[in-house]
Amino acid sequence: MSLLRVENLDVSIHGTPVLKGVSLALEAGEILGVIGESGSGKSMTALAILQLLPEGARAAGRIALSGHDMLALDEAALCGLRGNEVGMVFQEPMTALNPIQTIGAQVAETIRIHEDVSRKEALARAAQALRRCELPQERFPLSRYPHELSGGQRQRVVIAMAIALQPKLLIADEPTTALDVTTQAEILTLLKRLAREDGMGLMLISHDLAVVADMADRIVIMRQGEVVESGACPAIFGQLTHPYSKALLAASDHQPERAGHVFEAPLLQVKNVVRDYALPRAGLFGGARKFRAVKGVSFDIRRGESLGLVGESGCGKSTLTRAVLGLEEVQGGEILLDGAPVFSGKRPNRAVRRKMHVVFQDPYGSFNPRWKVGRLVAEPFHLLDDAPEGRAAAIAEALEKVGLSGEDAEKYIHEFSGGQRQRIAIARALIIKPELIILDEAVSALDVSIRAQILDLLADLGTRFGLTYLFISHDLSVVRNVTDRCLVMQAGEIVEEGATEDVFERPRHDYTKQLIAAVPQLPSK
Amino acid sequence: MLRFVARRLVSLLVSLAVASCVIFVFVEVVPGDPAAYMLGLNAQEDTLNALREQLGLNGTLLERYLNWVGGMLRGDFGTSYTYRTPVSEMIGERMWISLPLAIYALTLSTLIAFPAGIWAASQRGSLVDVLVMGFTQLGVAIPNFWFAMLMVLLFAINLRWFSAGGFAGWEAGFGPALKSLTLPAIALALPQASILARVMRSSLLDTLGEDYIRTARAKGLSRRQALWRHALRNALIPVLTIIGLQFSFLMAGAIIIENVFYLPGLGRLVFQSIAARDLIVVESVVMLLVFAVIVVNFLVDVAYALVDPRLRVRA
Repeated sequence: MSLLRVENLDVSIHGTPVLKGVSLALEAGEILGVIGESGSGKSMTALAILQLLPEGARAAGRIALSGHDMLALDEAALCGLRGNEVGMVFQEPMTALNPIQTIGAQVAETIRIHEDVSRKEALARAAQALRRCELPQERFPLSRYPHELSGGQRQRVVIAMAIALQPKLLIADEPTTALDVTTQAEILTLLKRLAREDGMGLMLISHDLAVVADMADRIVIMRQGEVVESGACPAIFGQLTHPYSKALLAASDHQPERAGHVFEAPLLQVKNVVRDYALPRAGLFGGARKFRAVKGVSFDIRRGESLGLVGESGCGKSTLTRAVLGLEEVQGGEILLDGAPVFSGKRPNRAVRRKMHVVFQDPYGSFNPRWKVGRLVAEPFHLLDDAPEGRAAAIAEALEKVGLSGEDAEKYIHEFSGGQRQRIAIARALIIKPELIILDEAVSALDVSIRAQILDLLADLGTRFGLTYLFISHDLSVVRNVTDRCLVMQAGEIVEEGATEDVFERPRHDYTKQLIAAVPQLPSK
Repeated sequence: MLRFVARRLVSLLVSLAVASCVIFVFVEVVPGDPAAYMLGLNAQEDTLNALREQLGLNGTLLERYLNWVGGMLRGDFGTSYTYRTPVSEMIGERMWISLPLAIYALTLSTLIAFPAGIWAASQRGSLVDVLVMGFTQLGVAIPNFWFAMLMVLLFAINLRWFSAGGFAGWEAGFGPALKSLTLPAIALALPQASILARVMRSSLLDTLGEDYIRTARAKGLSRRQALWRHALRNALIPVLTIIGLQFSFLMAGAIIIENVFYLPGLGRLVFQSIAARDLIVVESVVMLLVFAVIVVNFLVDVAYALVDPRLRVRA
């Protein structure tokens, strides 16, 4: 008998079907990877197994979890199974823990609600569970609060909560998507180890093919609420039959065609830039303290070049971006675009500012929802001294360049999908014909197939208009595919610099080696 | 935590010093000479001077400020210009009405608001929720003095359960004194409870939507357990803010209700003193109210830190 068997599961929310005839099975001790893009129904499948579906959801079909018919059980019985027979780990470790309870209490709670044990014993077992998740009590006392831990450490606490009672099934829904690549590798190793040690079934849900391919025994590929393909891993990657699975695999490691000409002369020069942030004073009479986020960074970008900047969260890459854009004053060094400073006389230099533009990560948060697309796209015009003639024509032209139509100018932003929004953000960047475009995690929030399209678009625009790109990302595989040269940043310093292929093939700095080793690989490579 | 409390205490003292300066300067620049007011239009210049001397109105600004603050620190609030009695006594008497009234009203408001807000949030969209939202809407909209008058009509005049106004005095015993404060406290509590219940409900709904509630449910907690163990304490921060504001308002803002029920409270005292140019009383009462507000804010800050460990590090 399988540990988990889902048969013909249909789920609809307020009448809209979100899962259509999903069937999958998982044996004890096996790792099942569930892959899909946003809206594919992978998270909904997980929630259906736990019977934690959102309000208004109706499920039909059969879910058998170690002999229990999950759809037939009442709430009290389900509460007895959740946390006990099946544990779950969610995507966002920063918000998955109660901020006002200690980690010890939160892990111990799993034990106390299912077993009649004393508080002391529950805490002792919580300490044990945390130790198994590599948070030993000596370094991470049970009295710690979540805000005192990093994202990766919090995710370990969440995992400890889920495995404290050694459940038969662990469901991990995008457990590493919000984490840095080295932390991701550690968490994945931990999950795999726990599953093997306890003979636990692990259902690993991810949008990232490479993450799943590294770990899973079998995989299931989902799309729009349906299972399109499933099979043993890694063999399945050689024999994909469904066109969607093939497209997904191709898009995961997409390499856009680039044919721009790179000139010798530098467009952007960053010289010894230092950026300090003021910290709160040490006490009433303590001196001013500061944190140096960027420590004397220097680099050039040549005209027509595509330069990558990689580093993990907190390494100073966003601070550096803001300095390059002239949004903040630097405390040392200078930044020149085409020979002119980006920041002069305590304010950004407008003449320079209009030669560059930025595209940010979040396609949902970076637009004013009450403006029409035309106005959004035309926003950078305020950088020009005179409003150009033919404003409407310019808007239409910019929208057409990114593959949308001029009529879209009359719509509001909520009418567009994430990928389309990112196109609009690029149109907004293009409208004043800048020379340098800074892409700050611009494709990180997009699904792989959409990401491939946007990367193609950027490559095409770069060739046609001779654009220069500064490509900032934590995603090494994307940087590898789209840049000529790249910089690796760690703790405010650039530790390695060179031609992208060289850096990836022959990394010199230990940190770069660690980063590259941590990147999950697709089996075809 | 100790560090946090110490820092908050320092900021409390600084606020008090600043507030006393502002109040003093304000009262100084208000036109009207108390001596001239007391002696009438036909007073002789030398009589006026003598009275000013006696009232301590002739020193420099700084001298008078230091005298005033120094006196307050010793519990000496000066002598009322109009009644010729020590201000501390006048305040003392009225304080024993205003403070219990505020606490009484706030207790009622909390006792109504917490269950109503929690109940409504836990059953969002149900009949209970709709009723709570409807009643609180009404409670916010109805002017409390009008509601007070209705209660007087019903409970005092028709049913004769309560007296229509006045204060029995604490010497008459705890029961009768509390009884005479009951109708005013209800009148004060009604709008406060309505606001508080709404804040409680929306704050709790926000926290119930948080990821850690989903985590708690995945551990095996029922909906109810997740609400009581994880959501409620997290939802308290905005509620505490409102309670702090409400207490300050109840201390100082009960003037109208005190008038409706003919209660000799602090609000009425300020009102009468302003009319009589009894500046020393005005200064002292306002200072006292500011003191109460600042102390309440301090307590609210400490309560924040007790609820949320993240705030103990900051601030």
